[in-house]
Amino acid sequence: MLIRPKEGILDPQGKAVERALPALGFEGIGHVHVGRMVELEAEDPERLGELCEKLLANTLIEDYEIQTL
Amino acid sequence: MIWGVLQFPGSCDERDALNACELHGDGARLVWHESRELDGVDGVVVPGGFSYGDYLRAGAIARFSPAMEAVAEAAAGGMPVLGICNGFQVLCEAGLLPGALLRNVELRFRCHQVELIEEGSGERLSIPAKHGEGRYYAPEEMLDRLEANGQVAYRYADGHNSNGSVRDIAGVTNERGNVLGLMPHPEHAVDPLTGSTDGLRVFDRLARVAA
Repeated sequence: MLIRPKEGILDPQGKAVERALPALGFEGIGHVHVGRMVELEAEDPERLGELCEKLLANTLIEDYEIQTL
Repeated sequence: MIWGVLQFPGSCDERDALNACELHGDGARLVWHESRELDGVDGVVVPGGFSYGDYLRAGAIARFSPAMEAVAEAAAGGMPVLGICNGFQVLCEAGLLPGALLRNVELRFRCHQVELIEEGSGERLSIPAKHGEGRYYAPEEMLDRLEANGQVAYRYADGHNSNGSVRDIAGVTNERGNVLGLMPHPEHAVDPLTGSTDGLRVFDRLARVAA
């Protein structure tokens, strides 16, 4: 599951990373957002959306995306 | 009024909350997070700290504790509930209060005395704040609704909103007014020895709801 701050919500972590980049010689990088990734093994992937809604993401402030491997 | 103060693994302000409740009411007791019973208390404090290590998101795990189930039920029945700092985060995660608390705008843990203004009365309170994730957030339309319903309880005074909270909001209530969440710490401002007793007025506010 990829969980990231919703579009339009101030993401100070992303901003801090973005501000640090020029000092390291990385130019031309913008719109940095820091989220998190949760890896898990599920017998029943059907319910993963519910898991995100109930626990892994706070949908007021975060969007989530489920990738199945 | 007898207060109950929840205690999670990782709580750290429950002793000060207990002390504040004892000073304010007729007694107070700790309620362990695994307890499904609130043992006849008249009001509940969800204290500050780092419940369950604040893993995932602050308050996200604590909301599933048995004690929080009991709190949700009691709150629905009109019992006064005060969430302070991490307790505010827990109540938001539990859906008992609107909105969410995000990382401070400057990414720094801030610890300092702040001035608050009580919405409505305009009274000023001086109490300590100490948090890293205290930036109150709610979508615009939700904020408009909260203001229209009188659910914004406290705002930071000019120059005191160091975490970047929207519309300077420091504390909100549920629609009924019996559940209050506040980022700064009224339980640390109950004795003249530490510079202010303004925190007791927050407990008074909730006691009036109970009356």
